[in-house]
Amino acid sequence: MEVTRTKVGAPDEFRSRQLKAQQMLRGDLIGPDLDEYVEKSVLLTRFEDAQNWARKNALFPLGFGLACCAIEMITVIGSPRNDLARFGAEAIRFTPRQADLIILSGRVSIKMAPVIRRIYEQMLEPKWVIAMGACSSSAGMFNNYAVVQGADKFMPVDVYVPGCPPRPEALIYGIMQLQDKIQRSPHQGWRERYRSAGTEEAPDRIVAEGGGADLADSEGVDNA
Amino acid sequence: MPDATGLELVAQRVRSAVSEDAVVDTLHAYGGATLEVKPDAVHDVLAHLRDDDDEPYEFLSTLHGCDYLPEEPRLGVHYGLLSMQRRERLAVKTRLGTDSPVLRSVVDLYPTASFQEREVYDFFGVQFEGHPDLRRILMPEDYVGYPQRRDFPMGGEPVLFTFNEHELPRWYD
Repeated sequence: MEVTRTKVGAPDEFRSRQLKAQQMLRGDLIGPDLDEYVEKSVLLTRFEDAQNWARKNALFPLGFGLACCAIEMITVIGSPRNDLARFGAEAIRFTPRQADLIILSGRVSIKMAPVIRRIYEQMLEPKWVIAMGACSSSAGMFNNYAVVQGADKFMPVDVYVPGCPPRPEALIYGIMQLQDKIQRSPHQGWRERYRSAGTEEAPDRIVAEGGGADLADSEGVDNA
Repeated sequence: MPDATGLELVAQRVRSAVSEDAVVDTLHAYGGATLEVKPDAVHDVLAHLRDDDDEPYEFLSTLHGCDYLPEEPRLGVHYGLLSMQRRERLAVKTRLGTDSPVLRSVVDLYPTASFQEREVYDFFGVQFEGHPDLRRILMPEDYVGYPQRRDFPMGGEPVLFTFNEHELPRWYD
C-alpha cells in the first residue's frame, strides 16, 4: 500500500501569513487588505460575554468537605480520573479568600451552619454555591432536630445536584450547568433571586454621571 | 466478666462497703453483668469499685444516658467499667426521674467522664453536681430542650410526597 504524506498548511502559506502580520504591526497594511486581515483574525464579542467566559473557565473550588459526599467531591475535583481540569475548575483553594466556588458536600448540621455562612461570606465576589447531594439540598433522610433542612435556608445556592451521593458525572454535570449559568444568564445570580442588590463588595457596574452612563449601561464595565 | 455468682459477690461487697440499700438490682444477661444502684449512691459505689474493692475496676470505658419512656423512672445513666488487668467489664446503671434529674459527677474519680457527662446533660438533661464545666457539648449552646429524650419532637419539616401535596397547596411560594 502506497502512502502519500502531505503537510498540513504549505510552508509558503504560513510564510505569507507571517509577513502579513509583520506588515500589520508595522502599519504598512492599509485599505481592503487591512479589512481582510482584521476579519480573519479578530473575534468580536461583548465585554460582558468575554468576562463571563473567563469566569466560567477559571472556577476555584474551595477545598471544603462536610460529610460522606465530600469523598465523592474529592474524587471529582482532585483526581485525574474525573479530571476537572477539562472544565477549568481543578485548582482547589483551601482558604475562602482565594476561592469562588463552594461545593456543599454533605449534611449541614445547625451547629455547622454559621461556620459555613461565615466561610461563604469570606469568599471572593463573584461567588457560586453548589449544593451537592440530597442532604445539603433538602436535608435528605435527616429530617430531625440536628440538621438544617436544606442549605438554602441560610445561604444562596446556585445549582442543586441530586443523589446520595451523586455520581462524579452528576457533579461534573452540575458544574457544567453552573458554567452555563455564568456564561448565559449571570442575571440569574442570587442577588436578584434574593432581592439583595446593593450588597456587593465591589459594585459590578459603574454608575457614572454624565457621559459615561451609556457605556456603563451597555457593557457592564468592571469597577477594577 | 464476672459471672452471675461473681456479680452477687460484687453486690454483696458494695452493700457492706457503701450502704445496705445502695444496690437496687443485679442483672446478668448475655454474658454481661449489670449492677443497678440508687442515684445518690453512684459516686460512692464507683469510688469503692475503683479503689477499695477486692476486684477493682480502674477504668471507666463509657458513660451514657438512656430514656426508657413508658417506664418510670424514665432516665437511665450507664457507667461501663473495665478492668484491664483481669479483662473484666462491669456495668453500673442508675435510674432517674425527669422532674429533677440530679446526679453526683464522677469526674473526680474518672477524668474521662467530663465530656461524656456533658453529652448526657446535653441530650437528656441530667444535671451532674460537681462537674467542673457543665455546658452543652454537641448541640449549640443556646439550644432549648434535650433532644434525645423520647418525648422530644422529631423536628425537621413535613416531607411532601405526591399523596399529601394537596394538604399544602402552593407550598412552593
